[in-house]
Amino acid sequence: MTIVAILVLAAGTYAFRITGPLLRDRFRPGPRVTRLLAVAASVLLVALAVTSGLTRGHDLAGWSRPAGVLVGAVLAGRKLPFLVVVVAAVATTAGLRLLGVH
Amino acid sequence: MLADILLVCVADCVVGASFGAIAVSGGQPGWVPVAMSLLVFAGGAQFAALGIVLAGGSPIAAALAGLVLNARYLPFGFAVADVVRPTAVGAHVMIDESVAFALAQRDREQARAAYWTCSLALFVIWNVGVVAGVFAGRLIGDPNAFGLDAASPVVLIALVLPALRDRGTLRAAAVGAAVALATTPVLPPGVPVALALVGLLVAGRA
Repeated sequence: MTIVAILVLAAGTYAFRITGPLLRDRFRPGPRVTRLLAVAASVLLVALAVTSGLTRGHDLAGWSRPAGVLVGAVLAGRKLPFLVVVVAAVATTAGLRLLGVH
Repeated sequence: MLADILLVCVADCVVGASFGAIAVSGGQPGWVPVAMSLLVFAGGAQFAALGIVLAGGSPIAAALAGLVLNARYLPFGFAVADVVRPTAVGAHVMIDESVAFALAQRDREQARAAYWTCSLALFVIWNVGVVAGVFAGRLIGDPNAFGLDAASPVVLIALVLPALRDRGTLRAAAVGAAVALATTPVLPPGVPVALALVGLLVAGRA
């Protein structure tokens, strides 16, 4: 990560955050645009989670990492506390590697 | 309300620590996660940008992916515009949780108190967590031996799960993830995730 990239991301994010409070009464985005922005954020987060959980470089990531991610996803779906979810995922992946499964 | 905010703070401290640890154990210098957390202050975008860079993508592609994620703060800003004063500071510490807490309150004074308490507490806790994670990550050495590479995808899934209860969002996310996964073998890092946005075509209406 470079300082320029961080500053671009920071400045753009600040612009998104401050536009609403600054414009307040003059303009409000419609429900369609609001929904589109929300769905786009979710789509990107899921795509990132799936690709970084299942692949490494251009290939599949073996067994241990996808198994840990799967355990974490199932526990998160059952609404277990955040801490439990993350620790269980990491422990699953580490445990499998300890057993020689990569 | 304070107890709920405290619980969110504890969780975010752990997430912040994992962000710092993942960054340095992935080879980034310590100032990178610290500067991102102070200047960007948005967990999802930070993990997304870091993930793209650690996968070999370009820093500018990482920044653009983060910006697409943070575009949600535009509608959020309109939603909580009344409680963000003073605007210059209030806008910088705007975060998903504080927007949610503010919108859940009945009157404007309570909403304002909730927004500022949650925003400022999370800003401090998040950055403390990241610095702690940077030092922990240095001690760990090889993060893969400890399974830390499984942490960041799971964090993203846990953050996004409530939004997937919406059928249209779930459909769009499933199509997007399939497209990203299918194109990963043949496209440069970072591009498949951006391509996932074609999933929006099947999102339907609210």
